[in-house]
Amino acid sequence: MVLLRRTDAPWARSLGVYFALAGFILAIRLFFQVIMGAGIGQTVLFRLPELHLPAWAAGIRLGGAVTAEALAYSLYDALRLVVMLVCLGAANALANPRRALRSVPAALYDASVAVVIALSVAPQLIESTQRIRRARRLRGGARTGWTAVVAVVIPVIADAVDRSLALAAGMEARGFGRTKRDGPPPRSLTAALVGGMMLLVLGAFLLLNSADVVATAVACLAVGAVAVGLGLRAAGRRQGVTRYRPDPWTARDTGIVASGFAAAAVVIVVTQLNFAAVHPSTDPLSWPALHPGFLAALAACLAPLMLAPAPQPVAEGVPA
Amino acid sequence: MIAPAIVLDDVTVTYPDAAAPALSHVSFAIEEGDLCVVVGRTGTGKSTLLGTLNGLVPHFTGGTLAGTVTVAGRTTRASRPRDLADAVGYVGQNPVTGFVTDNVSDEIAYGMEQLGLAPAAMRKRVEETLDLLGIAQLRHRPLLDLSGGQQQRVAIAAVLAAQPRVLILDEPTSALDPTAAQDVLGAITTLVHEVGLTVVLAEHRLERVIHAADTIAWVTPGGTVEVGDPGEILLRCDVTPPLADLARALGWPRVHRSVRDARRHVQRLELTPAAPHDPPVPAEPVGLHLGDLSVSYGRTRAVNGVTLDFAAGTVTGLMGRNGAGKSSLLWAVQGGVPSAGDVLADGTVDPRALPPADARRAVSLVPQTAADLLYLPTVARELEQADAETGAEPGTAAGMLARLRSALPPDADPRDLSEGQRLSLVLAIQLTASPSVVLLDEPTRGLDYAMKARLRGILRTLAAEGRTIVVSTHDVEFAASVADRLVVMADGDVIADGPTREIATSSPVFAPQVTKVFAPTPVLTVAEVAEGLR
Repeated sequence: MVLLRRTDAPWARSLGVYFALAGFILAIRLFFQVIMGAGIGQTVLFRLPELHLPAWAAGIRLGGAVTAEALAYSLYDALRLVVMLVCLGAANALANPRRALRSVPAALYDASVAVVIALSVAPQLIESTQRIRRARRLRGGARTGWTAVVAVVIPVIADAVDRSLALAAGMEARGFGRTKRDGPPPRSLTAALVGGMMLLVLGAFLLLNSADVVATAVACLAVGAVAVGLGLRAAGRRQGVTRYRPDPWTARDTGIVASGFAAAAVVIVVTQLNFAAVHPSTDPLSWPALHPGFLAALAACLAPLMLAPAPQPVAEGVPA
Repeated sequence: MIAPAIVLDDVTVTYPDAAAPALSHVSFAIEEGDLCVVVGRTGTGKSTLLGTLNGLVPHFTGGTLAGTVTVAGRTTRASRPRDLADAVGYVGQNPVTGFVTDNVSDEIAYGMEQLGLAPAAMRKRVEETLDLLGIAQLRHRPLLDLSGGQQQRVAIAAVLAAQPRVLILDEPTSALDPTAAQDVLGAITTLVHEVGLTVVLAEHRLERVIHAADTIAWVTPGGTVEVGDPGEILLRCDVTPPLADLARALGWPRVHRSVRDARRHVQRLELTPAAPHDPPVPAEPVGLHLGDLSVSYGRTRAVNGVTLDFAAGTVTGLMGRNGAGKSSLLWAVQGGVPSAGDVLADGTVDPRALPPADARRAVSLVPQTAADLLYLPTVARELEQADAETGAEPGTAAGMLARLRSALPPDADPRDLSEGQRLSLVLAIQLTASPSVVLLDEPTRGLDYAMKARLRGILRTLAAEGRTIVVSTHDVEFAASVADRLVVMADGDVIADGPTREIATSSPVFAPQVTKVFAPTPVLTVAEVAEGLR
């Protein structure tokens, strides 16, 4: 679905990198399982020559029988990590970071400006480095070694500092920071924000830790969330910056989010009903069975295809 | 009586740790609706003067400002630059470094967002500004995809969106080819004449702007500023565009600022200089041979099978629009970018196949940003390093610098030098290897006329020693004065190739101003005119 909906912008092309990284992790896990895994289970696939390390190296056994159960177990384990990575890559590929930052609450405006500038600095640094490395050839100096590193790093840093100052002068001349009210914020605002954050952290800790204090945890989370929300609203009003064409939150967006939640909900329900379908057993090894609930989850995952429009190619204007 | 838009009252600017003030006791006024051009040699404080007009000096740069600067009724003493953003718009030297967002309409809206305007008002102003500068079809394009001229216009649009009354531009056309510069200057004159803005701009390439200027502010090396009518100040100041040079050489009482005025004056006086004769440009021995050279970046072909022979002892000018493939050609010859085809320096050596230390003995390149090559803290250490890298005797590089007649203080930081001084330093470093072919990529950016004349002398001396010189430039005046032969490129191909006089006089795009004044007599420089009238 991501492949069908992503645009051709630079951040979208990083999906391949995420897939490569995920594949690499999978391969590493399987490799270590093959070399060092203890052979649980019955179905032996093949045998590697054994090598017992002496007792002072903790008696690890390298090689030995490689069983299908062990491989399947580590495969499922690694797949969890792979899926998380791929989801992260998909989110990265579909979202334009600058547009996402425009929807940040006004209170966090300064932080979002810092992030936006960092996003432009990284490609500039890369372009600077390429240019200066190409210029190094002209002086015919050492290509390796400390001198070469210094000869590239110093001009790059000097370039970056010059550009940052030019950017700062430009932003200052265009009025950046003009509408902010000077002076420290009122005590009540600071107390609300800090207290709210602490409550949120406490609530999350309790919730994830033990099952008996669920009620207290939920209460902490709720109060914390309200305090932080009110604090952010008040802080936002101290910033006078308006936003040009912020992306509105439409019914279509709600639909896409709802389908995501629906998929997750279906999987949780199926886990409660039939644990074995979600966690196929590896000992004895059995093929994972297809529970009908999974089909519903898959449909919910693919629903955004109908809701989100395909990306429009950028209209090429007549060159000036 | 309308109050002047800009008033400076006894302004003295001293930077911290500076020996002398950058500007000293400056007082003048600029009327509303004037286009004022700030002229002066490099390093004289033009940027400082522009910075005082919107408060960047001293609020942003540091330093002390004595006196008062009043712009649009407000003083910079009481207001920071961000408070003046709705009265004064400032566009710095390199517009790309000032871009905050990634597409055109967001960039234009940025200033208005900072001012806290309502979204509906912002939308309307974005559209108006796009139309005013003629960039409406670029509205959704990413900023980095635009050409230099388009980027400059977007930068101007971005500051105009706040509807200031004064616009300040620092070298708007220095990096642009003639056509793009024409577009930007056309936009600026529209703003002055149609919208009634007051525009103050600093420029080195005065020949492009002089005809539109209402006032000139000349920043002298002493830090004082003289303001007055262009025709009169240009006769006295140390910055001499070609038409001012012509007026001085022929003893005219005032400078005629446009080609048309000068031409009418010349015809009224019935001046016809004798046509100069050039010795034929030698074709042998061949110092550099290019056979079917092609350079591609991915799917784009930057250079398309170019075959050229450059004779030793000549200076060839390589001209063309930005993006025509001139830089790619020069880098490919040196071996910095991969290329297909033949390159032979001195008849025998292919610099692309050699390791860098040997390649630079055959072919040497001075890149566009000369500062990329400098990384040591003092000039003296750079020269020593150049000797060490080339394996030459200690003192060779310093000797080369002395031959170029550039006196640089040995413990100065290379980054504190002016453009011209940095260029001399890099040229000295590259010439230490005594290459037989010297390539220069856009060396004239940021140089004033005096420094360009010095560079011309240096290049002709190098050519007289038997080296092959190729200079890529879109400064028509410089190319006409220094080159024996001009090669014009467009879109990766060579579209014109011949002796300078023939190419320069055959089309208005490549003709220097003196040629246009005395057309059809094929003169190229003021010296030739003076000689021909004797």
